[in-house]
Amino acid sequence: MASTIRVKAVANGDKTEVQSLIQHPMDSGFVKDKDGKLIPPHYIEIVTFDWNGKRVFTAFWGPAVAKDPYLKFSFKGGKKGDELKISWSDNEGKSDSMTAKIV
Amino acid sequence: MLRAMIAMPGERVIERRLVLQFLGAGGVAAASLLGGWIWPAEASEEGPAWPKDAFGQKDEAHALSALYGKTVEPSDKVSIDVPEIAENGAVVPVSMTTSLPDVTSISFLIPQNPFTLTASYQLAECIEPNIACRVKMAKTSDVVVVVESAGKLYGTRKQVKVTLGGCGG
Amino acid sequence: MTGRAGRRYRWQWIALALLAVALLPASAEERTDPAADQRAFQAHFRHAFPSVALNDFANGPYAVDKGMRKQWEEIMQFPPYEFALDRGKQLFETPFANGKSYADCFPNKGIGIRENYPYFDQETGEVVTLDLAINRCREKNGEKPLPYEVDDMAAIDAYMASTSRGKPFDIKIPDDRRALAAYENGKKFFYERRGQLNFSCASCHIEAAGKRLRGDILAPALGILASFPIFRTDWGSLGTVDRRFVTCNQQVRSVPFRPEDEAYRDLEYFLSYMSNGVALAGPGARP
Repeated sequence: MASTIRVKAVANGDKTEVQSLIQHPMDSGFVKDKDGKLIPPHYIEIVTFDWNGKRVFTAFWGPAVAKDPYLKFSFKGGKKGDELKISWSDNEGKSDSMTAKIV
Repeated sequence: MLRAMIAMPGERVIERRLVLQFLGAGGVAAASLLGGWIWPAEASEEGPAWPKDAFGQKDEAHALSALYGKTVEPSDKVSIDVPEIAENGAVVPVSMTTSLPDVTSISFLIPQNPFTLTASYQLAECIEPNIACRVKMAKTSDVVVVVESAGKLYGTRKQVKVTLGGCGG
Repeated sequence: MTGRAGRRYRWQWIALALLAVALLPASAEERTDPAADQRAFQAHFRHAFPSVALNDFANGPYAVDKGMRKQWEEIMQFPPYEFALDRGKQLFETPFANGKSYADCFPNKGIGIRENYPYFDQETGEVVTLDLAINRCREKNGEKPLPYEVDDMAAIDAYMASTSRGKPFDIKIPDDRRALAAYENGKKFFYERRGQLNFSCASCHIEAAGKRLRGDILAPALGILASFPIFRTDWGSLGTVDRRFVTCNQQVRSVPFRPEDEAYRDLEYFLSYMSNGVALAGPGARP
């Protein structure tokens, strides 16, 4: 089963840039389907980033974050081969997680 | 949080407003304002809980007070990059940066959205205060970014025009 | 034509009538000159948008509007079609039940050939698009055809298009009366008004190219198919050329044709040929 998480983590000098794309509908609960019924809200609430086991970044998201949510940030430090673990959980209790290596 | 509810002479406007709410019809409002802090909603495995109360607020003042309990000072040391006219309100790329030090939290709010708070980020020391993400906008609105630096809040805002699509390129 | 005026100008009327007959269009293929059409078509857009490089026309609205382009560049840092593209590669590489695969149906195993589609099949006398070829491949190997426009068809399209990134459109019109007729048919469709809104493709994509239609910027017709299939934010998913033709026709309030109807295949043939020389940039992202 393919992961829902795509990551590009690139070390550049003393900084590492992280970009992530997560496959998720991020339904706001305000949109109707083609039969006119409201599609219930279904969105990621928490995304965490752990660098070499240390929690460095937490995202709290609501339904106004776009579908297939994207995130870009950087941090000082990080070198090629370091591990970056990304986990998310949503309002329906679903979750996914993956570990990428910094390149 | 309780401290913020009590009126003091010369206290900032936002907290007076909170008190009026609390004293007025405020029972429910007060309970919800307290709830997010004292009784956390779903907790993640490790780390803080999702701020359910803040995400449920429908205006900027309440969202900020639920999330931080402090007021925001406009600052030109915080900058936000958003399109002038969104190509599609469903996916609006936004990014921010700041030269302020010791940034521990960054939040995006969209006052004209049904729920004001869009996203809130918690940063460890090593994280650069420069974030990009993609948001949904229901209609033309300011996009507000708030930065917590050395325990105080600073912010800026910029308007994004959201129109009806035509045929789509 | 009666009375004194008619008698007075009789010779002029006869001369006029003879002139009209002389100017009557000859048979279709004598009039058809796709190469001249293409030169005129491209010259129009190069002149209308002098600062846009030929290959940039593949980027539609982003080639002609700075504000849109910036948003697109930000989104392209991590394109929304990545998931579908990976799926497309996986589908393309998975063999059929009989052990064969798509690679067996296409030249060069299906890699780096997207720029040659559509082509005119002189055996069957029809225009063959990539999507039609994909389904013909499936049927030939005992598989059910895929629904057009979306999902797996769009995903496979995306993968095959990605292997041709940077290669210019290279559509051929053989010296065959039927091929020329198909080309003319597509051209006629493009310039013909339709629907309650009474727009032709040209109304928006030539006359109003680069201008706004409500919140959208209209793409020039030159290069307009070069980034297909496209992930439209509006759709929240990937869609093929058929999907866009159908929805565009619906949006001018005309009853659309079925995907891969001869009308749409001929239209795709015409539009692709007009864009010969423009480098492919699919799959693409759009508003």
